[in-house]
Amino acid sequence: MSRTVIRVENLSKQYRLGQVSTGTLGHDLNRWWHRVRGKDDPYLKIGEVNDRTRMGSTDYVWALKNINFEVKDGEVLGIIGRNGAGKSTLLKILSRTTAPTHGSVKIKGHIASLLEVGTGFHPELSGRENIFLNGAILGMTKEEIKRRFDQIVDFAGVERYIDTPVKRYSSGMYVRLAFSVAAHLEPEIMILDEVLAVGDAEFQNKCIGRMREVSEKDGRTILFVSHNMEIINRICDRVILLKNGTIGREGTVESVTSAYLRSDLGTSSHRNWTDAAAVPGNDFMQLLEARVHNTKGETKEIMEVSEQVGITFTFRVLQPVRKFTHGFTIKNESGLVVFSSHDLNTSIGKEETRLPGLYEVTGWIPPHFLAEGLFTIAVAAFENYGSLHIHFNEPEALAFTVIDYIDGNSARGFYPGRFPGIVRPLLQWEARTIHS
Amino acid sequence: MQLKEKISPAASSKSCRNYENNIKREVNVEILSEPKLIKTTATVEKEDWDLVIEPKAGLFAIKLREIWHYRDLLILFVKRDLTAQYKQTILGPLWHVIQPVLTTLTFLVVFHKIAGIRTDGIEPVLFYMSGITIWNYFTACFTHTSNTFVGNAGIFGKVYFPRLVLPLSALLSNMVRLGIQFSLLLAVMFYLHLVNGTPIAIGFHWLLLPVIILLMAGTGLGLGIIISSLTTKYRDLGVLVGFGIQLLMYATPVAYPLSFLKSKSILALVSWNPLSSVVEGFRYALFGTNSYSITSLGYSVMFVLLVLLVGAVLFSRVERTFMDTV
Repeated sequence: MSRTVIRVENLSKQYRLGQVSTGTLGHDLNRWWHRVRGKDDPYLKIGEVNDRTRMGSTDYVWALKNINFEVKDGEVLGIIGRNGAGKSTLLKILSRTTAPTHGSVKIKGHIASLLEVGTGFHPELSGRENIFLNGAILGMTKEEIKRRFDQIVDFAGVERYIDTPVKRYSSGMYVRLAFSVAAHLEPEIMILDEVLAVGDAEFQNKCIGRMREVSEKDGRTILFVSHNMEIINRICDRVILLKNGTIGREGTVESVTSAYLRSDLGTSSHRNWTDAAAVPGNDFMQLLEARVHNTKGETKEIMEVSEQVGITFTFRVLQPVRKFTHGFTIKNESGLVVFSSHDLNTSIGKEETRLPGLYEVTGWIPPHFLAEGLFTIAVAAFENYGSLHIHFNEPEALAFTVIDYIDGNSARGFYPGRFPGIVRPLLQWEARTIHS
Repeated sequence: MQLKEKISPAASSKSCRNYENNIKREVNVEILSEPKLIKTTATVEKEDWDLVIEPKAGLFAIKLREIWHYRDLLILFVKRDLTAQYKQTILGPLWHVIQPVLTTLTFLVVFHKIAGIRTDGIEPVLFYMSGITIWNYFTACFTHTSNTFVGNAGIFGKVYFPRLVLPLSALLSNMVRLGIQFSLLLAVMFYLHLVNGTPIAIGFHWLLLPVIILLMAGTGLGLGIIISSLTTKYRDLGVLVGFGIQLLMYATPVAYPLSFLKSKSILALVSWNPLSSVVEGFRYALFGTNSYSITSLGYSVMFVLLVLLVGAVLFSRVERTFMDTV
């Protein structure tokens, strides 16, 4: 069953930056002159790794450089990476809106790409006419659209407006109709851009729900491009991390997600500070190691909402400290401090000397507390003599992701959509019948 | 073949078998790794892929089968063009009729009454109207198709379908407009026949009509896709097209017959214009009066073939990467 349906070989794409002007005409003429003499394109030999944050020395960059990967039948492959890592370029090549500079992509089966919903919608045409037009643009035949027409209208919920020009639609109706057409495409391979998932919560849910349906029930191959770890975790079997136009890492969701966090935040769920010069701390205390783990002590990048999360860090005391404590602060993806905690059993307020030595401390975050998402943890140790005296405070010492499987074991229940809230406690509910 | 909608059980088992019996062969693959080319030898399995995306396509990468698969889209684009243009107008498709009528009246006044140009023995109204009808078809096809890439970049950047579908749909939707204007022309011919007794020349020359219309369509398409392909990166040519088409009309016997030209040099210039013989041919097919030689028809045919050939080559080159430069 696991035959290869997409094979990408040595795929590269070069772009020229800046504006098209007379300067580019000179390059074009030079390129043409090289070709006439049977030589290679002079501008393909230059070009830099595509790092958008640095100013380059040439106008040419490789948006993709020697990409190789395969996708098996029925697989859901996630493609992640920072902005400008080459995700969109890869999508464009796969969906044939532009050609690669080098290399090839080989595909088995009917492929459809969805980089946008409602492509080709004409404002003057009615909903009915646009369904046919949009469906045909996406590669459906008239017969296929006719067969699914009622389903599409039903799914979009715009029956009443179906003969009204779409320019009269509310923006929500417009998007629903557009998505509905796309959702009823039935290609063997589907390429999806995460931009699909923008819009209102209801739309996102429909989008994600439909994707799960397509992948799980129909066993279709999906390529999904995103930098939303939550969705990637929920949907994908395997993930490719693109970094500056090359494949940074490829493998299971967990391993690649952690690599991504490491490359993006420079941190992960387990860190050692081995470099003596860069170790956090002072003459009194030094932070040596920190990690995120489950109750079995296994270091984890990804924790479930229903799991207890252990934060453990190891530090060395070099000189005796007295009014001392240690703790951590946890921030969510939007930078909001979810909470801060420190060990009350140690000596803050109390006079208790801790002698030089190696210490390990663990703080437990209760299950059903953190919501989904990426969290960063700052660990610190300090003494309180009226004012705080900080020994070390490592702001982004650790990072980990909390996911919420829709298995009914969390506050989410079986609701698949966007679930609001900074924390996600599992409350006890009581219900009484007052009158019936 | 990615066009195949559903793989039948027989076909899929066959493809599986092909897959199992992969033919392994040694192939030299050039891998570009900066800064220089390194040649490596790799074992490449030959498999039956439905679609291969590569940097360069062949010289004539126009896939007619693929266009045929997208014929529903072609028809829908035609419908969209026709219905969307006159939405929210009261007169609707009547505008297709009003425009040539007003132009004909203008020509009648300016060229016939003021300039006093004779019309080859053809009733002036019919002479101008016939010229305008066929010329309008050309300009509509040409301007429509010459904007293919730049005007549709939004759609092209998001989804793949054979790019040629759009210029072809422009050809067809304008064919419908031509049909309306041609019907008007026929109506005027009958009216003049009934009222003034203007003779209607019926003969074998009417058989030339579809040929002439195809020639005009081919010229419009060919020139249009050439311009479209050339203007994706440098838009200069697009600016030229805007007023060039107006100037070109004066170098084409639309408002005057070829026989009116007395100066040798100007006659030569206008005769070299490949559109001249098409316009003259259209009048010959309708009225059978002016002389029309097989040489000028042959000249137009050759020109159309050349333009379509060049257009196809340019178009298939540009369509693959124009999104990067448009």
